[in-house]
Amino acid sequence: MAYSFPEEVLEHVFSFLKTDKDRNAVSLVCRSWYEIERWCRRRVFIGNCYSVSPEIVIRRFPEVRALEMKGKPHFADFNLVPEGWGGYVYPWIVAMSVAYPFLEEIKLKRMVVTDDTLELISKSFKNFKVLVLSSCEGFTTDGLASIAANCRNLRDLDLRESEVEDLSGHWLSHFPDNCTSLVSLNMSCLGSEVSFSALERLVARSPNLKTLRLNRAVPLEKLSNLLLRAPQLVELGTGAYSAEVRSDTFSNLTEAFSACKHLKGLSGFWDVVPAYLPAMSSVCSGLTWLNLSYATIQSSDLIKLVTQCRNLQRLWVLDYIEDSGLEAVAASCKDLQELRVFPSDPFGAEPNVSLTEQGLVSVSEGCPKLHSVLYFCRQMSNAALVTIARNRPKMIRFRLCIIEPRVPDYLTLEPLDTGFGAIVENCKELRRLSMSGLLTDRVFEYIGTHAKKLEMLSIAFAGDSDLGLHHVLSGCESLRKLEIRDCPFGDKALLANAAKLETMRSLWMSSCSVSFGACKLLGQKMPRLNVEVIDERGPPNTRPESCPVERLYVYRTVGGRRDDMPGFVWNMDQDFSTFRDSQEQENGN
Amino acid sequence: MSPPLLGIEGHNQANVSPMASSSSTDCVSQNVSCLKERNYLGLSDCSSVDSSTVMLTVPADPKSNLNLKATELRLGLPGSHSPGRESEFSPLIDEKQLFPLIPSKDGIFSSGNKRGFADTVNAFSSRPAGTHTKTEVASQECNNNKINGSNISSAPSAKAQVVGWPPIRSFRKNTLATTSKKNDDVIFVKVSMDGAPYLRKVDLRTCATYQELSSALEKMFSCFTIGQCGPEGAPSREVLSESKLRDILHGSEYVLTYEDKDGDWMLVGDVPWEMFISSCKRLKIMKGSDAIGLAPRALEKSKNRN
Repeated sequence: MAYSFPEEVLEHVFSFLKTDKDRNAVSLVCRSWYEIERWCRRRVFIGNCYSVSPEIVIRRFPEVRALEMKGKPHFADFNLVPEGWGGYVYPWIVAMSVAYPFLEEIKLKRMVVTDDTLELISKSFKNFKVLVLSSCEGFTTDGLASIAANCRNLRDLDLRESEVEDLSGHWLSHFPDNCTSLVSLNMSCLGSEVSFSALERLVARSPNLKTLRLNRAVPLEKLSNLLLRAPQLVELGTGAYSAEVRSDTFSNLTEAFSACKHLKGLSGFWDVVPAYLPAMSSVCSGLTWLNLSYATIQSSDLIKLVTQCRNLQRLWVLDYIEDSGLEAVAASCKDLQELRVFPSDPFGAEPNVSLTEQGLVSVSEGCPKLHSVLYFCRQMSNAALVTIARNRPKMIRFRLCIIEPRVPDYLTLEPLDTGFGAIVENCKELRRLSMSGLLTDRVFEYIGTHAKKLEMLSIAFAGDSDLGLHHVLSGCESLRKLEIRDCPFGDKALLANAAKLETMRSLWMSSCSVSFGACKLLGQKMPRLNVEVIDERGPPNTRPESCPVERLYVYRTVGGRRDDMPGFVWNMDQDFSTFRDSQEQENGN
Repeated sequence: MSPPLLGIEGHNQANVSPMASSSSTDCVSQNVSCLKERNYLGLSDCSSVDSSTVMLTVPADPKSNLNLKATELRLGLPGSHSPGRESEFSPLIDEKQLFPLIPSKDGIFSSGNKRGFADTVNAFSSRPAGTHTKTEVASQECNNNKINGSNISSAPSAKAQVVGWPPIRSFRKNTLATTSKKNDDVIFVKVSMDGAPYLRKVDLRTCATYQELSSALEKMFSCFTIGQCGPEGAPSREVLSESKLRDILHGSEYVLTYEDKDGDWMLVGDVPWEMFISSCKRLKIMKGSDAIGLAPRALEKSKNRN
């Protein structure tokens, strides 16, 4: 019965499927659908670069145009992953330079990118359009110069929060005069000053420029020049927002802002001089995203600003905003969906601002659409968490960081189990949770019981025993990423739930109680997992089997052991009985 | 391929030696090789795992204390044994304190004592480079601070920093650091006073309000003022009362003015403090009579202060 559609028709139908989930489902239907789908998949997302090899990806998807990939574990952001751990993208680029000559997009997160990599990218892909390097490192401004010079159709160059060795600002001048395709430029992480005239000319000849995020070195006095040339901007990141207070600068800036009728997002704001804030009044009512998380201005100035932004959906701010400021936000910003409050003085012993749990409670009460929270504070209570949970049952991301570890409910001195329990019980759609404060195994019981949609969980200084970890691993059906530090979780729960690890992207455990012996057992029994021990004290078999490892990173993979492990990382499926001698010879570490 | 059992054996199983003690090495080698798959609870809810691979090993009632003796972990490859943990410690970590997996005398496994935060930090501080705390000194101090709420002794202002806590990205940490440095910049401006033989300099950053600036200037120029009113009022040796001094400075005698970035002489006090310090180039304590040309109300103001 020939009732199948011609391939072209199926391909056309599949082209409407955008998500990996849908495409993966389609490819399971039958062999011919698998074949058709794999030839027309254009976007590939690889959440862990070591879960698969470039060869496997290329073999299955020969016509990829866009690659998005992540490298190091999330805790690398907080210096928990030593230098040299891995996450090198170069081998991928080498393989793709041959296999995907029409590659257009590369988006990387927490990967090591070198200047050679950037040069290879710029020369291998004739139609290269989008480069996003999020929290990456390993390259210099010379690499950026290659990209600028050679990518004729470059649309996006976004270096968000990457660590770039800043040799000079000269790279920007490498954009050729006939490059007019820029849509998005984010250089906010760079330190050096770029040639302002080169920047100005680049902006002037980029009529499609929608996002421009400058670095701190671009002076405020010159910002109006840029804005006047790019009134179509949708997202702007200022440079340093400070200058001598002069009325002409002020009026130029005001005029420039008022010409930007499409501005939806503002960021930057380093070194703010409050006197200049009113210059942006005209754009406030149109803003949906405001990032003031580097703006060291006081609550009163912050309040004046945010109360004008009635359509705000995302607000990132320092804790200078204080509870009073958050009350004002709750009253004015009824569309608020995401709130992030960062600490201004995270390492100080005493609170320097009047920001408590009350601020978050106010926002949870006043903002009906709030679903994503990142909040740093110094005190919390179960009552507040219960209130927040009841106010916002549609919460999706809830990340609370109480600055001092193991701090109990400040009112009752009890653990915060009940509070976080209320969060997971009421917020049935919760996908991401980070916890802090004093927490016992109880909270993990709640999580295992209720957090059925939870995909990512971050735990620190919490729990009493393996039971805690067991609750999580056995109860959280949707769990993909679990990261744990400084918790008394050991071998039992881990080994008992070994099979669960194959259903997750990765597990990170540092400063816990997992023994070398358990890691070996896990590694040897679970061939589809890479069980990597990171230990800077030397080979784990030079210590007793029962000795806990410093750090453990377990992830599922079809790519086998990785071949770029540094001297302080061991894969547990190797044979340790003969290991010691050969390792010492190899590494000489 | 049937999935391996990596679980804890229940009550009914043959005893395998606990990894902590070495008394039954034979058992270890024997039992590791005969680990069998069991589905103790008949559950298929091992998260998203197939029911066929279930190996739940926790007793049915998770609320009860784990019957720890029965669920002791059996580990170790055939032929290996872990001699008493007490004897073979890594010299770098006080393992016993940190990871109390040693069964106590009655065989009950206990991992219940929460590690004191201080212990953790102490352990970190003895590690080689890469994971050490930011300040080794501070971590030693932390030994005296149990940060569990109850007995926080007087903590130094830069308290012991655990690696990666609080969880803030380096970019943000570095930016905050440089921002606060900028805020600490000093702003020294020259201060002249009519009739005084030499000028002074004052750091505007040390003051937060006009009042503070005024007090600072009073202190600086009091000697001149005393000399000034010597022939008229009390003899110069006499200590002037605070109020008299203030009167002299705030009275019709003197007015505080400043030169701004454009070179104009302005009366101090009109604009917000922050704006003032960013535009002030120098200060001048003018005689009230000279200030008449400055602004008519300057005199009024100074009269009102009496």
